[in-house]
Amino acid sequence: MDASTETLDLPQGKITVSRKGSGPQLLLLHGGGGPVINFPFADKLAESFEVISPTHPGFNGTPVPDHFDWMSDLVHFYLDVLDALKIDKAVVMGFSMGGWLAAELASISCDRFSRLILVDAVGVKHGGPTDRDIADVFSLPAPALAKIMWHDPSKAPDLGAMTDEQIEMIAANRSALGLYTWEPYMHNPKLRHWLHRIDIPTLLIWGASDGLVTPAYGEKYAKLIPGARFVTIPEAGHSPQGEQPEKFVTEVMRFIGEGVSA
Amino acid sequence: MRTFWFTEDAYPNLPPQDEYDSIRVDLPNANFDPVKGNELYNWYLDLWCMAEEKGLDIMNNEHHQTATCMVPAAPLMLAILARETSKARLLILGNPISNRRNPIRVAEEMAMIDVLSKGRLECGFVRGVPYEAQPANRTPQRGSQRLWEAHDMIMKAWTTHDGPFNYEGRWFHGRQINIWPRPYQQPAPPVWITMGGRSSTTPVARHKHTGAVFLAGYPRIREIFDGYRADYLEIHGEHAPFDRLAYLGLVYVADNETKAREGAEKLLWYMTANKVPGHWSNPPGYHPPKVAAQIMKGARGGAGIPLVADLDDQMARGNVFAGTPDQVYEQIKSFWEYSGGFGNMLMMGQAGFVTHEETERSMELYASEVFPRLKELEASTTPAEAWEKSKAMKLRDNVPLDGFALEFVR
Repeated sequence: MDASTETLDLPQGKITVSRKGSGPQLLLLHGGGGPVINFPFADKLAESFEVISPTHPGFNGTPVPDHFDWMSDLVHFYLDVLDALKIDKAVVMGFSMGGWLAAELASISCDRFSRLILVDAVGVKHGGPTDRDIADVFSLPAPALAKIMWHDPSKAPDLGAMTDEQIEMIAANRSALGLYTWEPYMHNPKLRHWLHRIDIPTLLIWGASDGLVTPAYGEKYAKLIPGARFVTIPEAGHSPQGEQPEKFVTEVMRFIGEGVSA
Repeated sequence: MRTFWFTEDAYPNLPPQDEYDSIRVDLPNANFDPVKGNELYNWYLDLWCMAEEKGLDIMNNEHHQTATCMVPAAPLMLAILARETSKARLLILGNPISNRRNPIRVAEEMAMIDVLSKGRLECGFVRGVPYEAQPANRTPQRGSQRLWEAHDMIMKAWTTHDGPFNYEGRWFHGRQINIWPRPYQQPAPPVWITMGGRSSTTPVARHKHTGAVFLAGYPRIREIFDGYRADYLEIHGEHAPFDRLAYLGLVYVADNETKAREGAEKLLWYMTANKVPGHWSNPPGYHPPKVAAQIMKGARGGAGIPLVADLDDQMARGNVFAGTPDQVYEQIKSFWEYSGGFGNMLMMGQAGFVTHEETERSMELYASEVFPRLKELEASTTPAEAWEKSKAMKLRDNVPLDGFALEFVR
């Protein structure tokens, strides 16, 4: 299914937004790998929802506003984005870094959201100063990174099979990820103290083989959000939506159906 | 013409290179023997003192978590030299102020060294090489902008004498800034900034700071020096004096060609030892995506530096000057004329396992037989003439580049 794409010119800068499908709003907040609206799982969800997928500034070649330095800039930018998109009672689904963004936004206000789904999200720290809660992705060679990111590392993108332009896009996305997450690394030390404000049904979906943020990390994350439920998807790493799309969609639909039948 | 003698203070006594992944960032410091380290520190300080005795000036620098450079705190070495020497100019190139948390501390340290040395400080500021991002835990994003904000704060701290000011910038904040001591040189010590490409020349020229270029060689020197000179002329309406430009190359002088080649091959340790994997040389946001993609592809061998550096190739590029005094003079003269001229030769005269005797002999031959002729060369022309003459030369851009220079220029 093809997505339609538009660029919004907002007070702090521009943002590209892609959409597909129709129905209630489902806001996809992508992770460090870039937009996922063209993945099979998103096509499946677009049968039931209007899937709305903004591209965080800096990803896929989009410009970064000059004043951006860190995740908090993205969070406050998204307050404008939510207004501009007229987000209303949307299911918000954030992956990895986008999960962190979703958790920050929901901690500020859940007024525009009906449900929150965090997928292998980062954003909080549980352990002590020398506990590496979140794998240091900027310090790992590609094979080691593939091993922690994938249940089946052979599915990792093969740079050897890509064009220079595709590799440059990956490099640019990695740069954007670094912009938002460098220090404190992949988390906001204050966020854990704000998560109690989230007052909508919340599901955390985790790849059982995720080595970037482990299921144990996800379970602790869930305990910080009132009433949140935690599920794992077997044979999936950091991107269960990519590695196990059918199981992933099943979990999402079950969670959303729970509310409807209740 | 001035020559600043430089060694990076390597700790070269390492296991075979195939037994570790990286000489930088994560090589365990169990490989550092403090007893050997003590010996090396004292030896390097002796070499700098010897450089002064031979009429040369002094340059040092710092890196972190690496055996390529044992000095993570260049101001400490320079403070010792401020006391141990009495004539040489003391160039620190430089303070990595994009990565420093507190520029005021840098302003204070530099003012102290300037006062201790009776105004002999030449104060360099650098962005820092990519492998510094992890040890400093400083984002590589917007490093150049951070450098200039820290620079502005330091300059203001050096030149404000009527009581405190506050500084509230984008990255740096200071309250009641009123440094003691203030610098010996007035209004401020000379400032040097490294330039990696045409895009970095303008602010350096605007401040009339000295622009230093490391190992850009024939392929890139004209782009950078011409850029600086054009900016300087446009902004200030006069030609940049020679002393506003500096070039760093590896220099080895010996009594005959055989010895020169042997010594220069040893000096190449500086390049061949720099084994660094892509995840250290490619922190997110340091390089533009095109360069970052090349590193990710492994097209540049990870660090982008040839671990097997060929001496003839490096000499052809203008990165290494080696031979008898006559040969080295001719090589530097050729590069000097092609570049349009510069007033500061930064001479990397020791690296790796180059011995004390070899280093001393090379330094002696350079100081007594090469340097005087370079001074005459500079005195024989003017910046405007030298620039004009270089413009008439055919651009030598036919030497293939693999990004080698890029890794070192900052």
